Amino acid sequence: MIRDITIGQYYPAESRIHRLDPRVKIVCTLLFLVSLFIQNSLLGYVIATVYLGTVIRLSKVPLKYIVKGLKPIVILLLFTVAMNLFLTRSGEILVHFWIFTITEGGLRTSVFMAIRLMYLVAGSSIMTFTTSPNGLTDGMEKLLHPLNRLNVPVHEVAMMMSIALRFIPILLEETDKIMKAQQARGADFESGNIIQRAKAMVPILVPLFVSAFRRANDLAMAMESRCYHGGEGRTKMKPLRYKGRDRIAYIVTWLYIVVIFVAGRFVPFKLWIF
Amino acid sequence: MIHAEKLIYEYDKRDEEGNVIGAERAVDGVDINIPPGSFVAVLGHNGSGKSTLAKHMNAILVPTGGTMWVDGKDTKDPAKLWDIRQTAGMVFQNPDNQIIGTVVEEDVGFGPENLGVPTDEIWKRVEESLKAVGMLERRKDSPNKLSGGQKQRVAIAGVLAMEPKCIVLDEPTAMLDPNGRKEVIGAVEELRKKKNVTVILITHYMEEVIDADQVFVMDSGHIVMHGTPREIFSRVDDLKRYRMDVPQVTMLAEELRSRGLDLPGGILRRDELVEALCRLR
Amino acid sequence: MSIALEHISYIYSPGTAYEKHALKDVSFEIPQGQFLGIIGHTGSGKSTLIQHLNGLVRATSGKVVYEGDNIYDGGYDMRALRSQVGLVFQYPEYQLFEVDVISDVCFGPKNQGLSPEECERNAREALELVGFPEKYYKQSPFELSGGQKRRVAIAGVLAMKPKVLILDEPTAGLDPKGRDEILDQVEKLHTETGMTVILVSHSMEDIARYVERIIVMNRGEKMLDGTPAEVFRHYRELEEVGLAAPQVTYVMHDLRARGFDVSPDATTIEEAAEEILRSMSRSGKAAPG
Repeated sequence: MIRDITIGQYYPAESRIHRLDPRVKIVCTLLFLVSLFIQNSLLGYVIATVYLGTVIRLSKVPLKYIVKGLKPIVILLLFTVAMNLFLTRSGEILVHFWIFTITEGGLRTSVFMAIRLMYLVAGSSIMTFTTSPNGLTDGMEKLLHPLNRLNVPVHEVAMMMSIALRFIPILLEETDKIMKAQQARGADFESGNIIQRAKAMVPILVPLFVSAFRRANDLAMAMESRCYHGGEGRTKMKPLRYKGRDRIAYIVTWLYIVVIFVAGRFVPFKLWIF
Repeated sequence: MIHAEKLIYEYDKRDEEGNVIGAERAVDGVDINIPPGSFVAVLGHNGSGKSTLAKHMNAILVPTGGTMWVDGKDTKDPAKLWDIRQTAGMVFQNPDNQIIGTVVEEDVGFGPENLGVPTDEIWKRVEESLKAVGMLERRKDSPNKLSGGQKQRVAIAGVLAMEPKCIVLDEPTAMLDPNGRKEVIGAVEELRKKKNVTVILITHYMEEVIDADQVFVMDSGHIVMHGTPREIFSRVDDLKRYRMDVPQVTMLAEELRSRGLDLPGGILRRDELVEALCRLR
Repeated sequence: MSIALEHISYIYSPGTAYEKHALKDVSFEIPQGQFLGIIGHTGSGKSTLIQHLNGLVRATSGKVVYEGDNIYDGGYDMRALRSQVGLVFQYPEYQLFEVDVISDVCFGPKNQGLSPEECERNAREALELVGFPEKYYKQSPFELSGGQKRRVAIAGVLAMKPKVLILDEPTAGLDPKGRDEILDQVEKLHTETGMTVILVSHSMEDIARYVERIIVMNRGEKMLDGTPAEVFRHYRELEEVGLAAPQVTYVMHDLRARGFDVSPDATTIEEAAEEILRSMSRSGKAAPG
């Protein structure tokens, strides 16, 4: 079902992670993503797993949600695993049949790639699960503030992102409704070749665009009537100020980066896999 | 509070290629005067110009002829724009398309943020406004989890937090079910009692305007009827001509009158009808 | 020749935190040609219920029997069912997408595999049935008024020549006149074509005037099922679940409480006026002309 897409959704709860400053969460998420790429050892992944696992525990977001968030990348995941599994040729040959050869190196790369991808999505979704979209855009706005001097409309971009996030669930629901309405008129989205299927999308996309424009129009009017006139002279209901816990989070994450980097560099891989 | 003189709003009519082929008047020579603190209802069918008129009260639209003053300020004056919008807050029809925040309280804070209200004050106002519409306990929720009536109450709180002198509600109940309608009208009633705000309700549900001080009925850009609810509702035939409904109780009373029962005109409530019938017996 | 629900239950996202019983053991049968109203407030399960009737939603348990066949049987032609049981969603104008009115109405027949001539013929018939003026056939559906758009959308379903027509809140967002026009049109449609019509609404007053039977849904369960008069007799129970009987019903009950000899079963203004006048002339103290 279309409603199952959980990426970009906020999971309201009271947790230590929820309470962190959005900037901390954005920076730490980026650091975590980097950490997945600066090392490639089993020990490194164990450390990353501990870090991610702890954050998930602290966030009080049910693991089920995070796993559900992985659903949309299943195909990409399988594809990556297959490519790495069969195309990487290094180390001992483990299996060989017909034209397929699986080597030790291939197995390793594919497993690690899969973990990387999953952690990538899980890591970023934990950020969106624990940060209200407004918090997220506030954080972005503040972090990117220096770009203002280069005439980048940081506030406007942040506002647009925040609105987009608010309307994702509404438009998904609307898509679902339109699909059903067209199915009730005998539309068929399941059979036919690619061109036929693409054509079958027209009766969904046209109404969806019309509705999105109507909503955009209404929303613009509602915003103006509530005196919105850009970022100038605007105050914040929830201004961002670093607190003690934010500093702790930064320290913990930096420590994690150092540890994982060192582990990846200096502890030999072989030692850990067999 | 709101004062319009010979208000005209004209927009270009275009053909398929987008060429102007003429002008259409959505509002045509409207004069109204709404005193502060009153409750005024504007009725009219879809396309009667009532929403266009409402949008003038918040300077979303500016008259193409005549003048509109909000709290003494001419809406044509660009320097007064934000002042006017703060004075006359607006609630729209579609509950989904006017909530900007992704958390209830953040949405209510949106207006004050735009006005440059200091942070502590914003929190105070948000709390007060949510309390006023009875939505305080849902402050941390996502608007997507709320019912239509609740969303509209949040929208009203969002306007209240800007501390307006006047609230214009443009068909706030048109997309709601009866429960949602009751909720919203109840919230509006509370406001009128507790805060001394002028309320202008645009609607096509007659039941909602029974308590209004004045009722205006619009048709094709003109104000065609004006009076107290009782005066308006006693003119059932005129209302029907302007494509309006009459509450069932009023209809029943009129039906009985037309069949010869000696009932007073403009009966609005159930108990009035029952009492009147008892007196006849 | 009927459509029947047998012990239908429907559970949203079973096994998750969002698990919700949208429908609980709902059974009823709708004979061909009936004019039925389904009433319930938002979240009562009425919209989910009607989507079972044409197979858009599949029940978690129970079965739907259309003209003697269980639609959940393997190999049952769902698309054929959907052209027999036409469903018009709430705010159906939001599904319009074609360049002009007539092509949009042709969408359904085209999906049925009819020839362009047949499509056009059915589309024209359908547009006539909903009283849509011919001069606008070639206009873009997006430029029409709200009421007209809705007519086009209803015609879009009628053009498939269904035997059953389901309308989900067909009057939502329309003004009183627009509402009356659409409902009158639907009633005319019912008498002229003899098709089964199911009207889903949360407004008792709208429905009481038109339908011969009302099913009241509450929290996913069938709460009441009967003629309007039978259903409105339970006006106190209706009120408890957030639905109200028509105002007229209340007036009649109030009058009875005050000693008037009127039947509480009057649900429309005409019936009520009739009753009141009758009781007054019987008591002989007032003489209506």
